[in-house]
Amino acid sequence: MRARVFVSLKKSVLDPQGKTIYHSLRNLGYGNIQDVRQGKFFEIHLDSSLSNEEARKEVEKMAKSVLTNPVIEEFSYEMDVA
Amino acid sequence: MKFGVLIFPGSNCEHDAYHMIGKVLHQPVQFIWHQSGDLGDCDAIIVPGGFSYGDYLRTGAIARFSPVMEAVKRFASKEGLVLGICNGFQILLESGLLPGAMLKNQGLKYVCRHVHIRVESTHTPFTAACRQGEVLNIPIGHMEGNFFVDPDTLYKMERNQQVIFRYCTPQGEITKEANPNGSLANIAGICNEQRNVLGMMPHPERASEALLGSEDGLMIFKSMVGSMVHS
Repeated sequence: MRARVFVSLKKSVLDPQGKTIYHSLRNLGYGNIQDVRQGKFFEIHLDSSLSNEEARKEVEKMAKSVLTNPVIEEFSYEMDVA
Repeated sequence: MKFGVLIFPGSNCEHDAYHMIGKVLHQPVQFIWHQSGDLGDCDAIIVPGGFSYGDYLRTGAIARFSPVMEAVKRFASKEGLVLGICNGFQILLESGLLPGAMLKNQGLKYVCRHVHIRVESTHTPFTAACRQGEVLNIPIGHMEGNFFVDPDTLYKMERNQQVIFRYCTPQGEITKEANPNGSLANIAGICNEQRNVLGMMPHPERASEALLGSEDGLMIFKSMVGSMVHS
């Protein structure tokens, strides 16, 4: 089983990297973009012995305690059988 | 007063702190390895600057799981003095010993130069020897010093006078131009509610000898020693 975890800065937190990328893209002529937020992506392979629910619990725990700093970041994830 | 200087894989300012405490401040000092769960008989702990664990994941994020940080938490809960400098400040934030978090510098560049900071409160063991509003000339060197905290927590911190240093002009004015990294409210250093844990981005150990261009950083260590004598 594989988890794909996406971490990004909270909406309330200014993302200077995202802003810079946004302006660069605009300057290159990509006029149809409204905003860019930069984040992190983790691919986590879990033991196949875990049930779907156990795996989800484990991923959420890891994301909350290690992969994100809850003061500034939030996360989402998806599971798939790899 | 006996100082302990922590070492994590990737720390690189521990020798500067060790030298300054031993040779300039003339106080006993020892290194403490990150795997140690015991701080010995130290009266104060320095969490030094550098790039602990290569800054992987987030600055300070991995270091906080080191056995020594559990010992530091117990030490801090018993009113032990803990000073986190630069990456040490980031580790204290990730450990939850101080409120807030660090974002990348607003200019997205590593900033390495002397800055001026204003002492906002002398009511800490780290600033007791300073004058209220005194301007200190101390260098910074970091990529993630853009302090952030939610508005409610900032309000609480301001009310408790937990903001200890702010970036300022040489005359002591708090301006946008004097802020090197976009830090919220020009914050350069903060303490916890109990006032025995301080984190600061500037490096006082790099400004403790005339040879280095400034001795202003020494005030912080002298304050710590003085607090020990008086308590």
